[in-house]
Amino acid sequence: MAIVSRGFRGRARDEDVALPPGQYLTEDFPVLSAGPTPRVPTDRWEFTVTTEVGVKHTWQWQDLLELPHEKPKVDLHCVTKWSKLGTSWQGVSLDVLLEDVETAADYALVHSYGGYTTNLPLEDLLDGQAWIVHRYDGEDLTPEHGGPARLLVPHLYLWKSAKWVRGIKLLLEDEPGFWETIGYHEYGDPWREQRYQGD
Amino acid sequence: MTTHLDGNALAGPLRELFAVDITTATAQCSGCGRGGTVATLHVYASAPGLVARCPGCEDVVLRVVRTPDSAWLDLRGTVSLRIPLAE
Ligand SMILES: [Zn+2]
Repeated sequence: MAIVSRGFRGRARDEDVALPPGQYLTEDFPVLSAGPTPRVPTDRWEFTVTTEVGVKHTWQWQDLLELPHEKPKVDLHCVTKWSKLGTSWQGVSLDVLLEDVETAADYALVHSYGGYTTNLPLEDLLDGQAWIVHRYDGEDLTPEHGGPARLLVPHLYLWKSAKWVRGIKLLLEDEPGFWETIGYHEYGDPWREQRYQGD
Repeated sequence: MTTHLDGNALAGPLRELFAVDITTATAQCSGCGRGGTVATLHVYASAPGLVARCPGCEDVVLRVVRTPDSAWLDLRGTVSLRIPLAE
């Protein structure tokens, strides 16, 4: 694995940065939304993992805060073609949250406050690839960017990183989510430019 | 802040699909039963597609996604679409 210092990336110009095909670099953080922004107070926030046999594991806000935290620094790739590099987050790895969850499921359907859903293979949530994050750039995550907490699964297009995350259903069969039912790719790997069904 | 447009934002993208101006059609929301013209829907356009929601209950009434070679139209949130035609 090549080691590139942060200083080098900081000086890098657009053309020096390796971006997934069809993407352009942006410095700001565009807000995309398919509906009104949910306002979920942390004292009413819950996150629930439901297994394929209906067993529920629920965390309240304080439970989440007490779990071991990580500070992922990751690149974001939105299917609307912007990419933002080196974003700093703080949250709990899905490896921690799913550690004691017994399941034979291969798929996950992520649910959000406000009704949004997105699907992905369960293995894409594991092995240090996904987090429930509640801080961005050293600040509490704002509702516009998915606060109080959102999923972060940066190796897939950003629509998979559900804002206002509320829970994950573990499923034996894949079930398409909000954008996956209307033309978007079921997996969404930006490096293979899997934007639309059939890509 | 998230802001929405009104249903007239659908006129262009849907002109490609329908022979009539769909913004004057009456859509009945399957969430709450409210009927109103498509022009009165709340359209969220800062997204991978256009999402039109009921001004009464905020449920999704209609979605459109334009891919390079197709248009995808989801009307699951619509009980009916009444399209005025000349007699
Ligand atoms: Zn309604």
